[in-house]
Amino acid sequence: MSLLAVRNLRKNFGGLAVTDDVSLILNRGDRVALIGPNGAGKTTFVNLVTGHLKPHAGSVSLDGEDVTEISPTQRVRRGLVRSFQVTRLFSEMTPQEHVALALLQRLGRSGQVLSDYRAMPDVVAESAAILGLLSLEDMGRVPVSDLAYGQQRLLEIAIAMALQPKVLLLDEPAAGVPGADTVLIEKALARLPVELAILLIDHDMDFVFRFARRVIVLTAGAIIFDGTPAEVSRDARVREAYLGSYADERSGA
Amino acid sequence: MSGRNTTHALSWRTTAREDLTAVLAVAAAAAVLFVLLPTNLALLTRIVAVMLLVLSLDLVTGFAGVATLGHATVFGAGAYAAGILAAKFGIADPLLMLAIGAAAGALAGAVTSLVILRGHGLSQLVLSIAVASLAHEGANKLSAWTGGSDGLSGITPSALFGLFRFDLFGRTAFIMAVVLLLIVFIGLRVVVRSPFGMLCRAIKQDPVRVRAMGAPVYFTLVKMYAIAGAVAGLGGALSAVATRVVGLDSLSFTTSAEALVMLVLGGAGKLVGALVGTLVFVWLEDRISAINPFHWLTLIGVLLIAVVLFAPRGLTGAAETLWERIRKSQP
Repeated sequence: MSLLAVRNLRKNFGGLAVTDDVSLILNRGDRVALIGPNGAGKTTFVNLVTGHLKPHAGSVSLDGEDVTEISPTQRVRRGLVRSFQVTRLFSEMTPQEHVALALLQRLGRSGQVLSDYRAMPDVVAESAAILGLLSLEDMGRVPVSDLAYGQQRLLEIAIAMALQPKVLLLDEPAAGVPGADTVLIEKALARLPVELAILLIDHDMDFVFRFARRVIVLTAGAIIFDGTPAEVSRDARVREAYLGSYADERSGA
Repeated sequence: MSGRNTTHALSWRTTAREDLTAVLAVAAAAAVLFVLLPTNLALLTRIVAVMLLVLSLDLVTGFAGVATLGHATVFGAGAYAAGILAAKFGIADPLLMLAIGAAAGALAGAVTSLVILRGHGLSQLVLSIAVASLAHEGANKLSAWTGGSDGLSGITPSALFGLFRFDLFGRTAFIMAVVLLLIVFIGLRVVVRSPFGMLCRAIKQDPVRVRAMGAPVYFTLVKMYAIAGAVAGLGGALSAVATRVVGLDSLSFTTSAEALVMLVLGGAGKLVGALVGTLVFVWLEDRISAINPFHWLTLIGVLLIAVVLFAPRGLTGAAETLWERIRKSQP
C-alpha cells in the first residue's frame, strides 16, 4: 500500500487555482523530488499535505488512513513529518536537547513534569544514535548558535528522524548551505533508512538529480511531468515551462 | 559560550548538587535575616508571598513566553479563597487555607489562560489586562463575600499543626513562609528541567517548530498556567494567613505590573532571578519610602532603566556574566 496518497487536491486563492487537481503517490522507499519555478505552488502544495492549509477539494491519505480533516500536529504524530526551508531551531538549547525533545514527544513523555530525560537511558541512547546518523555526535552539547549552518540543517533532519516518520517532506534541505557543504547533506540523506518515503522540494537541479529516482514538475499549480531524472531534461514541456536554458546547458555543447 | 547554556550540558547528578546548593543558600539567607531583623519579620513574610507571585510569573513569562500584565489575578484568587474559607466558613487551619489557595490559584490560572492564550504579543497583553480588570471589579462587586473595597477581615488562623500559634512578632508565619518557599523552589527547579519544562522553553522560542514536532502548544501552556496559578495562589493564601486581611490590592493592576518589574529586575527565565528581583524591589520600596514616600517610584524607575540598558538579563544575569569573566581571567 502507498504511504502517502494525494488525490485530486485543489486550492484556490481568490479566482486563482494555486493547486490545480494534483495527485501524487509515494511508496515505501521512494525518493521523489518536487521541482518547479518560483510561484509554481510548491509551498502551497506542501502546506496542503501537512495540513497547514485546507484544500477546497481532494484528499490526503497517510498509510491508508484519510488525514484530510485532521490537524497538522496529529499528522506529525501519525508519521508525516516535514523539515523547514528556513532553519527553525531553539537558540537556547543544545542539539541533544532538540533531538531528546522530539523523542520525548514521540514516546508520549513530553508532558512529564517531574522527570529528567538525562535519567532515561533509552532517550539518551537513541538521541546519541540519531545525532550519530547525521554526523553530529560531537556536537550534542554545543549551543546551536555555535553550529555551522550546514550542521544546523543536519540537526533539522535529526529532529525529523527522532519523530520516526513514515513520510518525510524535506523543504530545500540544503538552502543557504555553502556549496562545498551540500555534499555533507547529500551524504546524510543517503544514510537515512531505506524504507522511508522522502519527498524533496528543491531548486538546485544537480542536487535533485543526484538524490531523486523520480522527479515531479509543478507549473502554475499543476503537475506537468512525472518521471525519471533522465527523462525530465528531455521533456519538451518541462524545458519550455521551467528548465529553459539550464536544460540546454546540460544536454547541449 | 554563555552561562545559561552550560548548565544544560551538565549531568543530572551535577544538577541535583546544584539544587541542594541553591536551597541551602536560600535557607541560609532566610536564617541570617531572621536573626538580624527580628522586628521586620512581617515585611520579610510579605516578601516571601510576593516571591511566590513573581516565581509564578516567571513560569509563564520567563519560561513559556506568555506576555501578561494581569498576573495578580491568580495571586488574588488564592488570597480570597483562603480568606473566605477562614472568615465565612470558619475553617481556619493554616495548612488547609494554603491548600485551598493553591487550588483556587490553579483553577483561576487554567480558566483565565483559556482567554489570554487566544491572543499573541500585544493582543495577549491587552487580554491579560482585561481579564485582570474583570476579576478586580468582580471582587469589588461581590462585597458580601469579599468585603469589597473595605477588604476582607475576620481571618484568624488557628495554630500551625495545632502547636505553633501565629505570634505577634510573626515568627511562626515567617518560618512557615520560608519552608513553603523552599519546597516550591525545589519543586519548580525540577519542573523547569523536566520534559514539560523543556517543551515550554521550546514553545517560547518557536511555537511553529514545536507543532511540527507533533507537540501540543495550547494545552501545554494551559497546563503551565495551572501550575503557575497554584504557586501564586499559595503566595496569596500565605499573605492572607500572615496579614489576616485580604484587600482588593491583591488583584490590582499595580500588583501585576510590579511583579513584572521585579521579574525583569532580577532576571526572567531563571528561578533565582525571581527571588532576587522581589527581595531587592520590596526592600528598596520599604527603605526608600520610609525616607521619602513621594519619590520612591522615581528611584525604582531609574534603577529599572539602568537594569534594562546595562544588564538586560537582570541582576542575576549581570552577576552571572561578571562571574564568568572573573573565572576566565584567572589562569
